[in-house]
Amino acid sequence: MLSFLFRRIAMVVPTLIGITICAFLFVRLLPGDPILALAGQHGVTPERYEQLKIEFGFDKPMWEQYLTYIGKILQGDFGQSIATHRPFMVEFGQLFPATVELSLAAIIFATVIGIPVGILAASRRGRVVDQALMGTALVGYSMPIFWWGLLLIILFSTTLGWTPVSGRIGLQFFFKPITGFMTIDSLLYGNIPAFLSALRYLILPTIVLGTVPLAVLARQTRSAMLEVMGEDYVRTARAKGLAPSRVIGLHALRNALIPVVTTLGLQVGVLLGGAILTETIFAWPGIGKWMVDSIYKRDYVVVQSGLLIIALVVMAVNLLVDILYAVINPRIRVQS
Amino acid sequence: MKIAKTLLTAAALAAMLGGSAYAKTLVYCSEASPANFDPAITTGGNDFDASSRTIYSRLVEFKHGSTEIEPGLAESWDVSADGLTYTFHLRKGVKFQTTDYFKPTRDFNADDVLWSFNRQTDPNSPWAKYTETTSYDYYVGMDMPTYVKEWKKVDDYTVQLILNKPNAPMLANLGMDFASIGSAEYAAQLEKAGTLADFGQKPIGTGPFQFVDYQLDSVIRYAANPDYWKGKEKIDDLVFAITPDATTRVQKVLAGECDIAPYPNPADIASLKANADVNLLEQAGLNIGYMSYNTTLPPLDKPEVRQALNMAIDRDALIKSLFQDAGATPAQSLIPPTMWSWKGSDSYGKYDPEAAKKVLAAAGLTSIDLWASDRVRPYNPSFQRAAELIQADWAKVGVTANIITEEWTKYREDGKKKDRTGAFQIGWTGDNGDPDNFFATLFSCSAIGVSNYSSWCDQDFEKAIQDAKTVSDPAERAKLYEKAQDIFAAQAPAFLLAHSQVYTVARKSVSGYLMDPLGIHRFDGVDKAE
Repeated sequence: MLSFLFRRIAMVVPTLIGITICAFLFVRLLPGDPILALAGQHGVTPERYEQLKIEFGFDKPMWEQYLTYIGKILQGDFGQSIATHRPFMVEFGQLFPATVELSLAAIIFATVIGIPVGILAASRRGRVVDQALMGTALVGYSMPIFWWGLLLIILFSTTLGWTPVSGRIGLQFFFKPITGFMTIDSLLYGNIPAFLSALRYLILPTIVLGTVPLAVLARQTRSAMLEVMGEDYVRTARAKGLAPSRVIGLHALRNALIPVVTTLGLQVGVLLGGAILTETIFAWPGIGKWMVDSIYKRDYVVVQSGLLIIALVVMAVNLLVDILYAVINPRIRVQS
Repeated sequence: MKIAKTLLTAAALAAMLGGSAYAKTLVYCSEASPANFDPAITTGGNDFDASSRTIYSRLVEFKHGSTEIEPGLAESWDVSADGLTYTFHLRKGVKFQTTDYFKPTRDFNADDVLWSFNRQTDPNSPWAKYTETTSYDYYVGMDMPTYVKEWKKVDDYTVQLILNKPNAPMLANLGMDFASIGSAEYAAQLEKAGTLADFGQKPIGTGPFQFVDYQLDSVIRYAANPDYWKGKEKIDDLVFAITPDATTRVQKVLAGECDIAPYPNPADIASLKANADVNLLEQAGLNIGYMSYNTTLPPLDKPEVRQALNMAIDRDALIKSLFQDAGATPAQSLIPPTMWSWKGSDSYGKYDPEAAKKVLAAAGLTSIDLWASDRVRPYNPSFQRAAELIQADWAKVGVTANIITEEWTKYREDGKKKDRTGAFQIGWTGDNGDPDNFFATLFSCSAIGVSNYSSWCDQDFEKAIQDAKTVSDPAERAKLYEKAQDIFAAQAPAFLLAHSQVYTVARKSVSGYLMDPLGIHRFDGVDKAE
């Protein structure tokens, strides 16, 4: 198990170096640069443009800029945002918890509903329930996030008034973040109304962000279950006269969950993609919208460091899933 | 320990705000996060709403809802006969805001004025590069280094601005955001602590509201400044709830989660007008959408060819299709009709494809590049749609338009190149209500390669607008600008589209909110019914 872990971690290093090069190059390959993007409608004269290029260090050769960047990263210095003049880590530290809180809520929502739906559909294979559930899942999977979000806002917030339109917590609640998770922070302060408010603000964005992973999980669970149900040991369990609930819960589900866990890990990347739109619609102060804005502003520092850290997080989650996978399925350990 | 400390701070904050739980709070759903709170180093309207117009004051101010100049931190001023010396008599007893990070020991005085301007121009000031990427773009963009010789302190309450050459729009420039007055004492405190970067994050000014807290990309909180020199505001707390999506902003107003929101989607205008809970405020924007021809490349170097291209466009239909329910005023001049010295010409809206066809055929123009970008601008909701409609109109007169679409940053970079081909769609939103801010910025000879997208340098036009800069008599200036507009209409360096309508949605409970011709969102003088 330990050597498996080492091998997996060793694989992360070259990937990370590759990512730093890609992130560094991609943002510079975009036409335009931060000086032009920040100049506003007045523009800059060619002379001032050249002067600013020297001041910002953009006149140096690309490889030199890259090495300076890597050197700083190794010292833990992720740089300062070109557009806002704030240290990258300060901004990231403020925004990342919001994205994690929303993503976790969405994953929990998707898992808690998606897996039981998949099991139910598999156990009623070919019947009306199965068809209805899988049809709904297909609709969920194809739902355009922007449209879905606005639809829910108009229905539940504006028309029915059940949920707030956008934001993270009621404006009357104001406290300095401790963990950056509104739900946890409000509890740490012992402020129950604030906690309830944070939960209410989480509902719609969670549903919107969790819809696609939910559909994927439901379909994946169903097909994994169907596959396992045809196995000999399940037939044996049935033949032994075990109750159907025990056959499904004890014998089938455990094995069916192996591919589902992998799918869950892969959904983390998908969630970060969906977060960009969800965060925009619900004015959710996370890293998705921040990264997109930074691309528009050609904020090299934020884009390259942001991509690096997001990649690191996605890789860490995948590593965790791989380990979990190896725990659930010992064959993986032996094979690798 | 750290958690305990944070909890304590929070308890203190909660206690501080305890009184404000029932305070009168105005919530503004702003469209974007401010880059930071130093108006001298930012360039966006949303940056200025969050900093200069809430926290700061200037020597002179724009009268609420107009572009007229009124006294601000300067009670009065005199201009010397040669137009080179401006003497400002400063207001006494003005206090800088007291916060938990700064307690002023003295009132506002001449030192603050000198500090606020010198930091933007003196390369040896520690403030010249107080963050890695500080650059005073607006100060440079408004050509201040060319005109300003020095700022002189006469005594504590008198300062003089000495110019190299006369510049009539100078007073209007001093009402702009980059000319906001900061505290020299606060700057010294930050220098001593070695935390200069805090200047843009924890601002101190003399304006109607003082900064309380900013949660990145989420909420900005302000409290009414109890020491404001015009008297404390009627609302106690001002909150900016940052809401980037236009549809969400409107939904928030409808749900009562915010009181005021700017820039609704054009598609929502009709339903908002019919809604009984909200007021839809509108105003002709101080802007212009236009399309620049490169006047240096044949056959576009001939005014009659440019006129013919203009005449081939069915402008009324174009405006209707582009702006829909939001509406726009067809342009009859480069400057909007609300601006002094405006002189309209009917030539811009003239639609005569037959006459155009003859001229274009004679000139041998059969194809032209037509530029479009992906960005939505206040003066043009869709460059792409406009390009397609113009393309169809030009096809009717035998000219094939090749639409070139580029991403916004690259678009502007390519557009201003001197050898750029064809017709380039662009626009402008005024900074200070002075005609110079349109004519000289967009079409002076020195703006070629910067913001003169037509590369147009007409000596008569240039003389008129440069003379208008140096003359201080408004009537005489107006005459010069009228002459410039006649030349512009005859030479047609651009196709003028329209001045768009600008909208803001406010709940009925809000009173005293005025639309601002400069596109500023100001909350001084605003009240809210409980």
